Amino acid sequence: MSAALDLITRVRGVRGAMLVSADDGLVVEEQLMEGIKGPAVAALASSLAGRLRRAMQAGGLGAGVFWHLQAEQGALLVVPAPGEGGIIVVAVAEPDVNIGLVRLELLRAAEAVG
Amino acid sequence: MDDIRALSAQLAQDPGSLIFLRLGEALRRKSQLDAALRVAINGLERHPHLADAHDLYARVLTDKHDYERAFDEWDMAVRIAPNHTGALKGLAFLYFKVGDLAQAEAHLEAARRVEPDDPSLEQAFAMIRGGGEAAPAPSPPPAATAPHPLDETRVFAGLEGANEGLLLIDGAGRVLGGALRDASGANVTDAVAAYLAGVSQEAARTAKLLGLGAWNGLSAEGQHGNVHLGQPAPDALLLVVRDRGMPLGRLAILAQRATILARRWLERQGGGGA
Repeated sequence: MSAALDLITRVRGVRGAMLVSADDGLVVEEQLMEGIKGPAVAALASSLAGRLRRAMQAGGLGAGVFWHLQAEQGALLVVPAPGEGGIIVVAVAEPDVNIGLVRLELLRAAEAVG
Repeated sequence: MDDIRALSAQLAQDPGSLIFLRLGEALRRKSQLDAALRVAINGLERHPHLADAHDLYARVLTDKHDYERAFDEWDMAVRIAPNHTGALKGLAFLYFKVGDLAQAEAHLEAARRVEPDDPSLEQAFAMIRGGGEAAPAPSPPPAATAPHPLDETRVFAGLEGANEGLLLIDGAGRVLGGALRDASGANVTDAVAAYLAGVSQEAARTAKLLGLGAWNGLSAEGQHGNVHLGQPAPDALLLVVRDRGMPLGRLAILAQRATILARRWLERQGGGGA
């Protein structure tokens, strides 16, 4: 699982990556820069992912594949892992990160842990 | 029709030639828009960096009332060839249609600097300054799209109840405008609106607690469609939904434009949201 996170944290501008249990928002694995509070990120990301999933399903858009929260000073990116494990792969990034590259690595990591 | 046959024959003989530009335009003028669209797309595939190809495609899209894509294509044409007067006039026309007269005039001015003797530009200026009752659209005029005087109800047509994948809600999840339907045609507006209010609150909380500052957009890819959520006002949310054929980056650009229009729309309603 740690190797899966390596894929993501190698990308320039990524401040941390985590595997999070989508059901309870607990950290499964993490690689975070100093100052990032893993448990808080995990809880918030899983909560937001859950709400977004319900909104998308209500809209007939199916399960979420990737989502990206853009903020003034950074971004939060999430990909749910396939399978029954209920794991989401989360990255916290700088505002000028290459989103396309992080997305690809998140998808690869999700495939690896799914 | 003979012209079209002759041009089609020439293009068949030399598919890589630029004859497609004349053929596409001839088809467009005959209002054979689907055929014109195919010609334009095929031409663009062979000549993706040709501004005239993007211009042709944009004109056909405009005739088909697909203004968002037309804007993108004319925008691309101007990026490739900043002095492309056809694209500048096309953009001016689209800005005029959404009521942004300053941008419309700025693009016409740019076109006039390139072609100071183009009489259609004076007509277009007259239309913008005079309300557009009689003057034609900036040339080349779309075949089926005469310009309308600025009509407030059309400025944000997608939020006037039309099913165009736009939904504007207030902070409590109440619908302000727009509508959403799922693939089966069922109206899912209220359900999505109710969930979205929670998403917005959670997004704001997440960004704040992570020290990321204020959130300014949330993009998501679903199995059957992509969405972008933005905030045109502190207490309002705008959801833009498109099928998966539209990449997230392009969707974000579209959503930014829609957010600006939504902000103006809200201001005209007399408030900044709920």
